[in-house]
Amino acid sequence: MSRKVPLFRLSVLVFGFAFLYVPILSLIVYSFNKSRLVTVWAGFSTEWYGRLFENQQILGAAWLSLKIAAINATGAVILGTLAGLALARFGQFRGRTILSSMTTAPLVMPEVITGLSLLLLFVAMEQIIGWPAGRGVTTITIAHMTFTMAYVTVIVQSRLATMDDSLEEAAMDLGARPAKVFFLITLPIIAPALLSGWLLAFTISLDDLVIASFVAGPGSSTLPMVIFSKVRLGVSPDINALASIMVLLVAIGVVIAGILMSRQEKTRQRDMQMAIAENQ
Amino acid sequence: MASGARNDGRFEPWKAPGAEPYIRIDRVTKKFGDFMAVNDVSLKIYKKELFCLLGGSGCGKTTLLRMLAGFEEPTAGKIFIDGVDMAGIPPYERPVNMMFQSYALFPHMTVEQNVAFGLHQDKVPKSEIRQRVTEMLDMVKLGQFGKRKPHQLSGGQRQRVALARALVKRPKLLLLDEPLGALDKKLREHTQFELVNLQEQLGVTFVVVTHDQEEAMTLSTRIGVMNAGEIVQVGTPSEIYEYPNSKFVAEFIGSVNMFEGRLIEDEPGHVRIHCPDLDGNVYVDHGVSSPPGAVVFAAVRPEKIVLSRDKPASADNMAHGIVKEIAYMGDMSTYLVRLDSGKMARVTQPNTWRHADDRITWEEPVYLNWHPSSPVVVSE
Amino acid sequence: MTGRAESPTSQRLSTGVQLILRVLHHFAPHRWTHARLLKWGVTGRTLVIAVPYLWLLLFFLVPFIIVLKIAFSETQIAMPPYQPLVHWVGDKAVNLTLNFGNFLFLLEDNLYWKAFLNSLKVAGISTFFCLLIGYPMAYAIARADSTKRNVLLMMVILPFWTSFLLRVYAWIGILKNNGLINNFLLWTGVIDQPIVMLQTDFAIYVGIVYSYLPFMILPLYSNLEKMDLTLLEAAQDLGCGPFKAFMKITLPLSMPGILAGSMLVFIPAVGEFVIPTLLGGPESLMIGKVLWTEFFNNRDWPVASAVAIALLIFLVVPIVYFQRVQARETGGGVHR
Ligand SMILES: Nc1ncnc2c1ncn2[C@@H]1O[C@H](COP(=O)(O)OP(=O)(O)OP(=O)(O)O)[C@@H](O)[C@H]1O
Ligand SMILES: [Mg+2]
Repeated sequence: MSRKVPLFRLSVLVFGFAFLYVPILSLIVYSFNKSRLVTVWAGFSTEWYGRLFENQQILGAAWLSLKIAAINATGAVILGTLAGLALARFGQFRGRTILSSMTTAPLVMPEVITGLSLLLLFVAMEQIIGWPAGRGVTTITIAHMTFTMAYVTVIVQSRLATMDDSLEEAAMDLGARPAKVFFLITLPIIAPALLSGWLLAFTISLDDLVIASFVAGPGSSTLPMVIFSKVRLGVSPDINALASIMVLLVAIGVVIAGILMSRQEKTRQRDMQMAIAENQ
Repeated sequence: MASGARNDGRFEPWKAPGAEPYIRIDRVTKKFGDFMAVNDVSLKIYKKELFCLLGGSGCGKTTLLRMLAGFEEPTAGKIFIDGVDMAGIPPYERPVNMMFQSYALFPHMTVEQNVAFGLHQDKVPKSEIRQRVTEMLDMVKLGQFGKRKPHQLSGGQRQRVALARALVKRPKLLLLDEPLGALDKKLREHTQFELVNLQEQLGVTFVVVTHDQEEAMTLSTRIGVMNAGEIVQVGTPSEIYEYPNSKFVAEFIGSVNMFEGRLIEDEPGHVRIHCPDLDGNVYVDHGVSSPPGAVVFAAVRPEKIVLSRDKPASADNMAHGIVKEIAYMGDMSTYLVRLDSGKMARVTQPNTWRHADDRITWEEPVYLNWHPSSPVVVSE
Repeated sequence: MTGRAESPTSQRLSTGVQLILRVLHHFAPHRWTHARLLKWGVTGRTLVIAVPYLWLLLFFLVPFIIVLKIAFSETQIAMPPYQPLVHWVGDKAVNLTLNFGNFLFLLEDNLYWKAFLNSLKVAGISTFFCLLIGYPMAYAIARADSTKRNVLLMMVILPFWTSFLLRVYAWIGILKNNGLINNFLLWTGVIDQPIVMLQTDFAIYVGIVYSYLPFMILPLYSNLEKMDLTLLEAAQDLGCGPFKAFMKITLPLSMPGILAGSMLVFIPAVGEFVIPTLLGGPESLMIGKVLWTEFFNNRDWPVASAVAIALLIFLVVPIVYFQRVQARETGGGVHR
């Protein structure tokens, strides 16, 4: 009995991860296909990578998307940290329930609804106060900040919930005012959570098609919008090349993060052993 | 159970007639919702005292301490520190520092930075900070650990960093929540004395929370015993031990034999209590103020009872029984004796002689007796 | 200071600088703002709450009110293509014209009903298959050794960091008539005609299950990992076989994880637009696609808004339920 169970688990994992990774691998393999038909193998070639880097439309859209993603992530981290702090540390305040609903609802709200409603808001605002004039980078960034801050809020809130609040009390007890406590104690301690929140907000923004399509204006096509208009017409080998590059970048990032984390873990364990060894 | 070495009869500001208390807690109540965590507590604590708050888990010790530090506002009542009403004063403006049960060392700062933190908040000049931090770290014997991070320290070292961090600001009042709770027994005993020495050396007033009665006995000038949010008795360690004012205190501090009975004679100089559990009556050589016929308890400490094979001369203050259990504890032995009434009594006897062949053993019939000054009469 | 006429210029200069610094110190902008804010009763605490609160109020709540408003207004060919809801009549009287036409239109036209029901069906079936694949995976990861667990978990999250659009796109290459699967099956000789998979509901199911699988696995994992394994040992000790122990102990205890994961898949799947557009056929009816078409192709904003409101009404129960679970999971946040 005890031997059959691991076999079951192993096959589940093999099957599951195959399901998750075969499509991604197939993208990469076919990106080196000479044939324009993508899935009919006609020999090895790196031609499509060359084509990709000549495609000004894709490059421009990629640059725009990266810019929006970076600004969005920064704004979302600021807003999400404030909201997470209020929800995790301020106890019961008036409007707490509303704030907490408003920060979790965007997590599951269908994108078409968010996109449509934000567009209608921007149109109405332009009519009434004249800002934002037209739609473009600003409106996309605002829209992305609104729904990515929800993710940051959840991350910050749960990080703060596991953080020992006596650290903050100790700082206050030693004479630091609340604002100082936040910047000197809370912020450095939750910094890793903020970093992962930033990365998450960055990725989601970089990935978003639907909301951006609603609130974008002429001339502000983001990378997903350009990709979508291309793949709607069928497979296209330079998109495979683009996908491979993105996977490669993510993989490099993950490997680096993994190495850093395991190194940190090792030093931490060595330090602990050292402390125990000389325990007096 | 030795009573505190500190209560030598010289430092007793609470007895001085005109003495101003340093901390005055005035009918303070704290409610969490409907739950009374602290219930109508009044206390006076004097300068340079080492005052212990002692009580079982959940009785409100931490809550009381947190109100002194300013993390909780009392629901009712007032707290004065050095004559100043503390209502509405935030923790960072109180002349008080706290040592946390979890130590709460900042994980991203070195030992030095941790200790210097409070001084930076007070805008102390840099050179002075350096000097005071070094001094303080030397005092707690952590001189060479200044550049370490908290996770590179052992439990005892962390405890001393936390202490140094709180003391370096030279507070007039230090609050310590179970300061030794996370240390093992040996380190604890060692650290208790260091703590007392440091306190005397610096002349700081300490309020220490603990649920370890031995710790409270060794450390404190006075103890406040808490139960279910109320202070039930305040006194020096020996007062609390020798003259508990209630059944709860008598049973909470050390171990005790409780003999339930009825007052049959109540004179100013003595009382006599009829206890069905014992062979005779309990005779106490001091008066109590309970109406005759009232149900009371005669509390007798195990070490104040003498075991003998021969019947004692006096008919009072004695009982007969059979030894059921003996626990050898090195310096003394504890005997569990089943009295003829069926009640179990606990007796400790010093092991004065190393080879005592005629030592009382299991299943032996014995007599218990005690001096008329030993019992304390308490009510429920 | 003025009396010291004999002092050298340099000293006077430095006193002047010091004076300016001292003045600046007292009236530095941040101090000034701080004092001003305090005077108005605005503390740091209020600011921390107010900034995200107002942001979300303006960019999350108000938009819904506008959608609601436009759903009740009439279409017109202009920019923006809807009539104002509130007319100013005379000085003060406000004439509110509610136009239920858009909603009646939704009720009358079979298309919308079908689209709603089909979306619920597709989302439901996909959620079920997500659970069917995700539960064993989450279980296997949660029971792996602690060293491997983090790597496996990382591998579940990893696809999430690569573009969603491109992952859906990958399935076009796999499912189409001369795609990976058909090529392989033709090559082995199992079939001699390609199976039509792309542009079917099957392709939509595959796409949704594939894209949302991590959202199912993660909450399930964190639930299963927390579970006390001695409970299972106790059950086996009391005579339960492993299967029965699983059914009686593990499954009921993991119910919160199952519900959270299912909500995280089901709710967004109902409104999914990209997957049915890229993988489904032109006649595949999903409400997200319908909304998109009304908005972008037919430029009928009021009807698109009415569709959005109707969709929201369909989803309000699961969303509110999800929030309850979420609030409980993050500990409610009330500490003091
Ligand atoms: N923030 C709070 N909200 C609600 N109840 C609380 C809160 N803090 C404490 N309590 C309750 O008040 C009571 C007293 O708590 P307190 O922490 O003061 O106990 P304690 O005497 O320090 O116990 P221990 O020895 O276990 O530390 C407990 O029953 C606790 O549950
Ligand atoms: Mg406590």
